[in-house]
Amino acid sequence: MDATLSETSFRKEAQTVQMPEEPPARRSGRLGDVIFLNLTRGAAILTLLLLAGILLSLVIGAWPSIREFGLRFLWTAEWDPVQEKFGGLVMIYGTLMTSLIALIIAVPVSFGIALFLTELSPKWLKRPLGTAIELLAAIPSIVYGMWGLLVFAPILSKYVQQPLQAVFANVPVLGSLFSGAPVGIGILSAGIILAIMIIPFIAAVMRDVFEVTPPMLKESAYGVGATTWEVVWRVVLPYTKAGVVGGIMLGLGRALGETMAVTFVIGNFNQLNSLSLFEAANSITSALANEFAEATPGLHEASLIYLGLILFFITLVVLAFSKYLLLQLKKREGSRT
Amino acid sequence: MIAAPQPVNADYRLPLHRRRKLINLIALALSLAAMTFGLVWLVWILWDTLWLGMKGLSAAIFLQDTPPPNSDGGGLRNAIVGTLVMVLSATAVGTPIGILAGIYLAEYGQRGWLGSLTRFINDILLSAPSIVIGLFVYTIIVAQTRTFSAYAGVVALALIVIPVVIRTTENMLALIPNALREATFALGAPKWIMIRRVTLKAARAGVVTGVLLALARIAGETAPLLFTALSNQFFTLNMGEPMANLPVTIFKFAMSPFSNWQQMAWVGVFLITVGVLVLNIAARVLFRQKH
Repeated sequence: MDATLSETSFRKEAQTVQMPEEPPARRSGRLGDVIFLNLTRGAAILTLLLLAGILLSLVIGAWPSIREFGLRFLWTAEWDPVQEKFGGLVMIYGTLMTSLIALIIAVPVSFGIALFLTELSPKWLKRPLGTAIELLAAIPSIVYGMWGLLVFAPILSKYVQQPLQAVFANVPVLGSLFSGAPVGIGILSAGIILAIMIIPFIAAVMRDVFEVTPPMLKESAYGVGATTWEVVWRVVLPYTKAGVVGGIMLGLGRALGETMAVTFVIGNFNQLNSLSLFEAANSITSALANEFAEATPGLHEASLIYLGLILFFITLVVLAFSKYLLLQLKKREGSRT
Repeated sequence: MIAAPQPVNADYRLPLHRRRKLINLIALALSLAAMTFGLVWLVWILWDTLWLGMKGLSAAIFLQDTPPPNSDGGGLRNAIVGTLVMVLSATAVGTPIGILAGIYLAEYGQRGWLGSLTRFINDILLSAPSIVIGLFVYTIIVAQTRTFSAYAGVVALALIVIPVVIRTTENMLALIPNALREATFALGAPKWIMIRRVTLKAARAGVVTGVLLALARIAGETAPLLFTALSNQFFTLNMGEPMANLPVTIFKFAMSPFSNWQQMAWVGVFLITVGVLVLNIAARVLFRQKH
């Protein structure tokens, strides 16, 4: 739009000025080039400014809280909006713990799925299964969250939590690990729902990464008599190590920043009085989702933004690391083929 | 005939061979189990969503507004319209910026520090927590105008659209063979004409795919709308005030103890899931036709 406008206006100018040695079409082309280059470069710079803007606005928004609590915020567990005392430990613990549980479940399962898709699956199944996994990675997280609350939590409570509590009621350490109201809501359910959500995601990345392995390497291994498992474990995995870890980190970044899948099932309870997996807890994202719209401007709001800043910082580090690892694999791919 | 292997040798190798075979079998069985495990959950979730959502589907869902708490009847008209308005506006705002930046990355900044830095930052924005984007828009728009509004929601969603479109546009342009570019230059066309008339045209299907994927991505986004567009019990087309939308309505209804609201939340989730799946499949079909 801009470009065509300037083209016509410049044609007019070129006619009045009259420069015989350069045909007007060529000069309008040059001007168009300059405008177009700057337009696209502007859009690219806008993206850069976006990240800087997000960081800056979060720091400014969180400033009252940063000034008041400093880094103590990270290891203080108290969260009391009435007395204006805030510490983020409960939410930070919730975020890290749910993501850890999610990874413990999701990584082996995703590895199995990727192995199945690349080495085991019959050819006719490969495409539909791969597509199904990719489509499932696209389903909005609110679907997982709501299903977790209304369908999964009651089942978890009835068939897992209550039997566990009955068995371990009087065992000192394990008993406290499974204590809590029998409603199936808490850190464990949030972790499981997160795992279900990131499995398709990590599996899709792992499959793509496994397929990068040059067929010649695999064929050589098969040729000297290696079994399928040995090929995957000793050839494919070492070759794609960086990519696999990168994919896992990408999944971790998702799990850390996920809001809806967690908020529904974690229970939103701001206290850390036991290490039970079934105790209602809170994560950074669910605290934001539940409290932010109603928070009074001032220290409460600033503390919530501070939490957001911490979350953004953690995911930034995780994502940058994953990006670095994936790049590493790409570089090697270039040099070996 | 090849000579039979030395019997002594075979006996010596047999236990090792058997062990390797066994390990292989166990690993492959576990892999199959993992595949089934993953699929069972996902089929279960989809089945519940489709079944429970379908049960509540009726004409009233599209014709009536969200009901007050603990009452019968009502529909999701205001939320459906609100979601359509905001998602389409956000795509309209985010797409041109995304395509332009994508063109820069693929056609101008292949090397250079600006190109690689933008690519890196864009990858981070692509998977940044969406709730943080909501916080950002809250501090720059909602806190300044002192009101939740559909405009703020549109900005938040547009910020999610941009990285998706940048990524696909760049990737699709990179697929265009350089010979096409050289041929265009050889005819004396300036670079911007070359991009507009040749490479962008050749990559059109891929770029549209990216826009569809971005649409699908924001259709179900809840977190960035919580502090921007908020929600609204009533029907409105006024972008200056809070606007109802499906995700936030689902959140509110599903967390409530009222069975009518919960039923309606299932219908909402059903609509979103079907919408997202249809968009994704459309993107795939479109992309496959061209490549």
